[in-house]
Amino acid sequence: MIDFSPQLVQLLSIEGERIPRGDFDPWVEDLDGPALLALYRDMVVVRRIDTEATALQRQGELGLWPPLLGQEAAQIGSARALRRDDFIFPSYRENAVAYCRGVKLTDIVKVWRGNAQSGWDPYTVQMATPAIIIGAQTLHATGWALGAQRDDVDSVAITYFGDGATSEGDVNEAMVFAASFQAPVVFFCQNNQWAISEPVGVQAHRNIADRAPGFGIPSLRIDGNDVIAVTAATRIALDRARTGGGPTFIEAVTYRMGPHTTADDPTRYRDPAELAEWKTRDPLLRLHRLLTSLGEITPEVEAATAALADAAAAELRAGCIGMPDPEPLSVFDHVYATPNATLERQRADYAGYLTSFGAEHDSAEQNRKA
Amino acid sequence: MTPLMTPATVSTVPGLNAPQPIPLSETKTLTMGKAINEGLRQAMLDDPRVVLLGEDIGALGGVFRVTSDLLAQFGARRVIDTPLAESAIIGTAVGLAYRGYRPVCEIQFDGFIFPGFDQIVSQVAKFHYRTQGAVRMPITIRVPFGGGIGAAEHHSESPEAYFTHTSGLRVIAVSNAQDAYSLIRQAIASDDPVLYFEPKRRYHVKGEVVPELGLSMEQAVIVRPGTDVTLLAYGALVTTARDAALAAFDEGISIEVIDLRSLSPVDYAVVEASVRKTGRLVVTHEAAQSGGLGGEIIATVTERCFSYLESAPVRVTGFDVPYPPAKLESCHLPDLDRILDGVDRVMGRR
Repeated sequence: MIDFSPQLVQLLSIEGERIPRGDFDPWVEDLDGPALLALYRDMVVVRRIDTEATALQRQGELGLWPPLLGQEAAQIGSARALRRDDFIFPSYRENAVAYCRGVKLTDIVKVWRGNAQSGWDPYTVQMATPAIIIGAQTLHATGWALGAQRDDVDSVAITYFGDGATSEGDVNEAMVFAASFQAPVVFFCQNNQWAISEPVGVQAHRNIADRAPGFGIPSLRIDGNDVIAVTAATRIALDRARTGGGPTFIEAVTYRMGPHTTADDPTRYRDPAELAEWKTRDPLLRLHRLLTSLGEITPEVEAATAALADAAAAELRAGCIGMPDPEPLSVFDHVYATPNATLERQRADYAGYLTSFGAEHDSAEQNRKA
Repeated sequence: MTPLMTPATVSTVPGLNAPQPIPLSETKTLTMGKAINEGLRQAMLDDPRVVLLGEDIGALGGVFRVTSDLLAQFGARRVIDTPLAESAIIGTAVGLAYRGYRPVCEIQFDGFIFPGFDQIVSQVAKFHYRTQGAVRMPITIRVPFGGGIGAAEHHSESPEAYFTHTSGLRVIAVSNAQDAYSLIRQAIASDDPVLYFEPKRRYHVKGEVVPELGLSMEQAVIVRPGTDVTLLAYGALVTTARDAALAAFDEGISIEVIDLRSLSPVDYAVVEASVRKTGRLVVTHEAAQSGGLGGEIIATVTERCFSYLESAPVRVTGFDVPYPPAKLESCHLPDLDRILDGVDRVMGRR
């Protein structure tokens, strides 16, 4: 029996020690040294991708970037627990989840470079594109789950959102629907303590995990910087959903170590001591300690992991900088699935307008040559 | 029995022990964002019933810093960092207004207003009518709007027509620092609900500001007189329209540029007088063309000034597309060349 009490579940201590726990351990029995090392590699690589993307923004190659620094365990642990046919409905910060899903790095940053409103086809990776309207995607996940339920398949929807989103009507309505219809959906809340400048206390006077039981949804409150606890909790929730047990709510307690986005300046509202404290709970650090004690970390492993991360960063940078700008007339593409006369007229008018420029430009060119 | 807290008792709530910025008392050069900040400050000093609600408006001072330092000056009972729930921001403002407060809501970005749309359209706009005037809704809803800043989706929209189509709301859009200051004070003082649109790409543009209420927020203003074409603009495009008029002047076309300021109601007296003089009309806005304000204004002017028109009025607007990604926004947004193209059309040059 899983204990759904609101105690924080931690299976890996800050010091890197494995904490045994009878109800959770069976769900992570397969996480041996090599399996944990694979998770560690993922976390190192996505941190490097995240850092590179921040640098690309600073260099003017990206318009904006929402860093996930500090949330690697929450995202990698949950994403790696999913089956290929499960479907993900993320917010805009789940770039590590997208990485696990096999989204091309260039496609991850496409939206942040301003080239398109999304970077990938959701159906090819079973992951929706970033949702910027806070919490809206939780309803989409619930609806997808209702569809899976009606199709009699055991695929599960998982939706990611933050502590701030739990205040939105959409998220609460999603929980009402999910409970009412016992939809196979996992609500994965990364409580990273901050909604831009607002500490989590503005959104909730009790633990966020406490809210779900009131909707009739079992809830787990886990250390979100502990990749083992995240993996276990996500597997438990997925299994409940797959076997007709309905929705589960997971509050992964983590920390947004960076700014909300590259446009934000946390020094205006956040005590640096808080960040320093959370750095001691770094998700990579503690997993590295465990792996070291397991003898998995060797100079060769370190070098190979760093090389992997560097290669990912290089691929991201090259893909980002080499991305061609969209063609002007593509502004009219994909507004409707079927032809639209009004829009076609606007497209034709604008094409004519652009051509008139070209003609003027050409004649000016000819005049200069003459 | 505990006496009910009346609005008047709120004034005794002290602010935090922070330096109290002195309100604007003389002409100063301010950015548009700072001008709104000063207008809010003065409104809060003038009336203890003015309270601010919004996301990140406290310690951060809002994502555009428009509410900077107001938390320190007036305290958390009047500058309220709300949970992330736009429907609740508007809906609780209705309750505060019910009790005699004058709430000023900040919606963080144009595209985030829609979770609050139901409360605005179904409640804020209708309460006065519903109660036959018994309940007033002196609510100001500040909305940074428009594009041109290379932002992500939902951060560059122009949703004003949804609100001009909603009876019971006043809608204004400011274009410069002076109006930003004067009109935020007028909006807050108004007993009607006001949607106050702030063109976010002009937040950092400086202008002289005198601490006066100035012209009524209902009045349109001729920002550049002319005789050949009437060019209507609001928000960020007023500057673009003025630049277009300068460029056209070099080509021998005299454009009268009007800053509408009020989008609902539109100041048709000023618009009609201008069209009767020029005989030609161009309306520009960033919002999509179909169902936009330009169509409504042109229809009204055509009804009233048909015999004065020398040519068919023209709209120069955003396309009928969702706001495009940043790399395409320069195609979508009306710029100087597209406005001049519209001017050429009403002049019969194309």
